[in-house]
Amino acid sequence: MKRWLMVVPLGLFLLMAVFLYRGLYLDPAELPSAMIGKPFPAFNLPTVQGDKTLTQADLLGKPALVNVWGTWCISCRVEHPVLNKLAEKGVVIYGINYKDDNAAALKWLAEFHNPYQLDIRDEDGNLGLNLGVYGAPETFFIDAKGVIRDKYVGVIDETVWREQLAAKYQALVDEAKP
Amino acid sequence: MKRWLAAAVLALGLAGVAHAAIDTYEFANDAERERFRDLTKELRCPKCQNQDIADSNAPIAADLRKEIFRMLGEGKDNQQIIDFMVDRYGDFVRYKPALTGKTALLWFGPAGLLLAGIVVMVVIVRRRRAAPTDGSDALSAEERQRLDQLLDTKTDD
Repeated sequence: MKRWLMVVPLGLFLLMAVFLYRGLYLDPAELPSAMIGKPFPAFNLPTVQGDKTLTQADLLGKPALVNVWGTWCISCRVEHPVLNKLAEKGVVIYGINYKDDNAAALKWLAEFHNPYQLDIRDEDGNLGLNLGVYGAPETFFIDAKGVIRDKYVGVIDETVWREQLAAKYQALVDEAKP
Repeated sequence: MKRWLAAAVLALGLAGVAHAAIDTYEFANDAERERFRDLTKELRCPKCQNQDIADSNAPIAADLRKEIFRMLGEGKDNQQIIDFMVDRYGDFVRYKPALTGKTALLWFGPAGLLLAGIVVMVVIVRRRRAAPTDGSDALSAEERQRLDQLLDTKTDD
């Protein structure tokens, strides 16, 4: 028998081992978003404050985070102070109040401070559905032209922001500069 | 006593109903009901990972069932409905993934491995079969003598 044939099983085993070892550290709850690279879906919804109607055109012009939240979402409460800090530092954040009781949302924003430049009121969850939202909090990164460039599922805390997301946001800001 | 028993049995029935994910949808006809059942079984709940959306109690699954019902009412065909879901949630939501370059390994991998196994087996079996024809397993006279000797000593013991 040819000598080299004998290393084939070992090679196959190593290949499988590497493949499966990598699988151990993947988070099965983290889905690749189908929305990345697509324009932000069209919508026509009132604000949480109820003073005007917003459409996707209102999100154009500046790269921004679009944060999907609800008062029923416990981890959103953990995330909220971090968003406040980011907003203070000048990060543009738009909020989608997803499938929520509007009075509760208003109370939340009044109590915990409002980091959002615009508050979209998605009471029946249609915009969320079009965005492929499957749980809150979820945060979309859109560029100045309103194209979804990235998505983060889960709580943005300071470590996550510093280590993963700040650079992505900065890249979008740099890109938007003439 | 009988009355109590009847009440208890009825209560048991209620407990069963309370656990299942049941929505009340009015379908135009049985074909539509059948399609709804097939679609909700084929699409996977994005939140709960290993349940189809027919099976899941997660709010998102309820929303998706409602959405499928709405689209069925609008006369969309199955492919359009599946495309709608895949556009938003990715290939992940399909229990039967579409055949693309990315999923080819998934579709043909097992068959490929099986085929490779069969090929390896056939090659080995053929080699084994081919080997004896050169007569190398026949003993030379010397060897035969030695074998007899060994066997004899064994029986003598």
